Amino acid sequence: MSHSPASTENSVPILKVRELKVHFPVKRGLVFQRTVGVVKAVDGVDIEINHGETLGLVGESGSGKTTLGRAILRLNDTAGGSISYSGQDVLALRGQEMRRLRKNIGMVFQDPYGSLNPRMTVGNIVAEPMLVHKIFDNKLEIRNRVMELFDTVGLNRSMASRYPHEFSGGQRQRVGIARALASGPNILICDEPVSALDVSIQAQIISLFDRLKLEQQLTYLFIAHDLSVVRHVSDVVAVMYLGKIVEQGNADDIYRSPQHPYTQALLSAVPIPDPAVERKRSRTVLKGDIPSPLNPPSGCVFSPRCPIAEDRCFVETPISRTLSDGRRAACHKI
Amino acid sequence: MTEALLSVENLHTQFRTEGGLVQAVDDVSFNIQAGETFALVGESGCGKSVTALSIMGLIPNPPGEITSGSIQFGGVDLLKLSSTEMRSIRGSKIGMIFQEPMSSLNPVLTIESQLAEPLKIHTGLSASAANDRAQELIDMVGIPDSKTRLKQYPHELSGGQRQRIMIAMAMACAPRLLIADEATTALDVTIQAQILDLMQEVTEKSGAALLIITHNLGIVARYADRVAVMYAGKLREVGDASDIYAASQHPYTVGLLRSVPRLDSEKGTPLSPIGGEIPDLTNLPGGCAFNPRCQWAVDRCSVEEPELIEISQGKQVACFEHASVSLNV
Repeated sequence: MSHSPASTENSVPILKVRELKVHFPVKRGLVFQRTVGVVKAVDGVDIEINHGETLGLVGESGSGKTTLGRAILRLNDTAGGSISYSGQDVLALRGQEMRRLRKNIGMVFQDPYGSLNPRMTVGNIVAEPMLVHKIFDNKLEIRNRVMELFDTVGLNRSMASRYPHEFSGGQRQRVGIARALASGPNILICDEPVSALDVSIQAQIISLFDRLKLEQQLTYLFIAHDLSVVRHVSDVVAVMYLGKIVEQGNADDIYRSPQHPYTQALLSAVPIPDPAVERKRSRTVLKGDIPSPLNPPSGCVFSPRCPIAEDRCFVETPISRTLSDGRRAACHKI
Repeated sequence: MTEALLSVENLHTQFRTEGGLVQAVDDVSFNIQAGETFALVGESGCGKSVTALSIMGLIPNPPGEITSGSIQFGGVDLLKLSSTEMRSIRGSKIGMIFQEPMSSLNPVLTIESQLAEPLKIHTGLSASAANDRAQELIDMVGIPDSKTRLKQYPHELSGGQRQRIMIAMAMACAPRLLIADEATTALDVTIQAQILDLMQEVTEKSGAALLIITHNLGIVARYADRVAVMYAGKLREVGDASDIYAASQHPYTVGLLRSVPRLDSEKGTPLSPIGGEIPDLTNLPGGCAFNPRCQWAVDRCSVEEPELIEISQGKQVACFEHASVSLNV
């Protein structure tokens, strides 16, 4: 069944994030706490996703990619900026409207062990969103829909009365996906959905995402640190580093010719599973660690590790500019 | 052929579990030449870590036990050594790096005392000489500001730096074999590249062999000379890395290679995942353990267990149908 809303067309972004900021105060003290610093986990991010497209959000740990995904669902408070879903101002939603948003935007989490209630059968886990969102009037309809969803994600119908611990990691992730689909969302936010899985199982789940996208015209925000996986699933890619998006644009363009020095280094650090290709590649291995987000570097956040940084990079924050092929990048040297 | 540095013969390691007896390592044989980089690849539960722990003499007993086989290292059978003798080899002749550096380092000791400890035990250096050597080691693994770092505790370092400390500790006594068990799995890709390059550099410099244990086929492609692919406790294919990747003849290896998305593939290239699930070791399918997931399986595969046989110079495969198995079919 298809859930594509009548109002959106292919060219119109279904999700638009502008100048979004999510800040976490860092507190000290037992009872009388004082704020000693602020972690700017997401610091002025612009992204938009068109209907039916997949935006791959990549970045290393601590880059803010998960926080950005959570903020879109209002699971984090924002410190500024705007989010609009199908023209609706997400940050202004209250109560019932908010619930409707979460019906339309589903989420798949990384940890298939931690994200399923161990005391509920998987059938009930998948049914719960339909009860919460009052999608059907009676239980028989819900039960039938759960069975349909089991078919869709490739689970055996007879497994509905079992508990999560009886399932393997790959099967649990299928349950997580069925639950996310249960409310009939237009968008799925997938936060590292395959990184806990073995290679052969990972490919099964990625293929499932591919199929769902075609069959249900789903739009994805696909958050992952594995650049090969993101390459496979994405139409558009955004690369995040210390709370900022350093480069975003068409996935083919970015993978073929990364422009930002961080994107270049990131791509060159991923080994290709083919010795004939891999051993001929030239690589830039970055020096040093990702700086603490509590005390980010001045100027361009990437400057301390950047192989081509010049004086102004340490002082002046680069502004994201649109390049000739339509991609956006934030670097003084491009 | 010159004598191998490490030669594992018919190793069997089993564990008693609630579900029954598990043959985690089932008749595994391979050898590593001095100075080479050997990769043991496989998915979770295939027995690759247990193989490494068996070599190191670190199988917890009970519930684990090495039931038969031999592990020849530098002319001695490690399985015949007493625990005291084994202790003198571990950390001095064979170094090991684990996945989680935070749990391998002692949180209440400074970096300096942890680095100096193996030196004092294995080389009999005095405390002050060991401390000087600790500083050299920390410089060697590329940690800036070594004087300050030596006085710090593990929690004050980043994941990548902790793994550098682990490398420094493992290399402290100039071992002839370094075992890296998923040593970069928990690290970000840019840090992962740094650490792997460092491991390659230090082992090349000292002439030590490197045994990389990983599930990441990209890492194997970049660093390994030879590869062994493991599935459900057994080696399924062994050979030169270039040959395995270009012309694998085992269905499981072929399946793995087709499952991984590649950075350099064109958008829209479909993946061909291996169907089914990784089998439960307490309840393995009959015959070849891979047969229920195998597209090449014939009747014989569900009854008879194929042996690992040499099919060409340096290449071993355990599959009845290996002649018809190819990446291009």
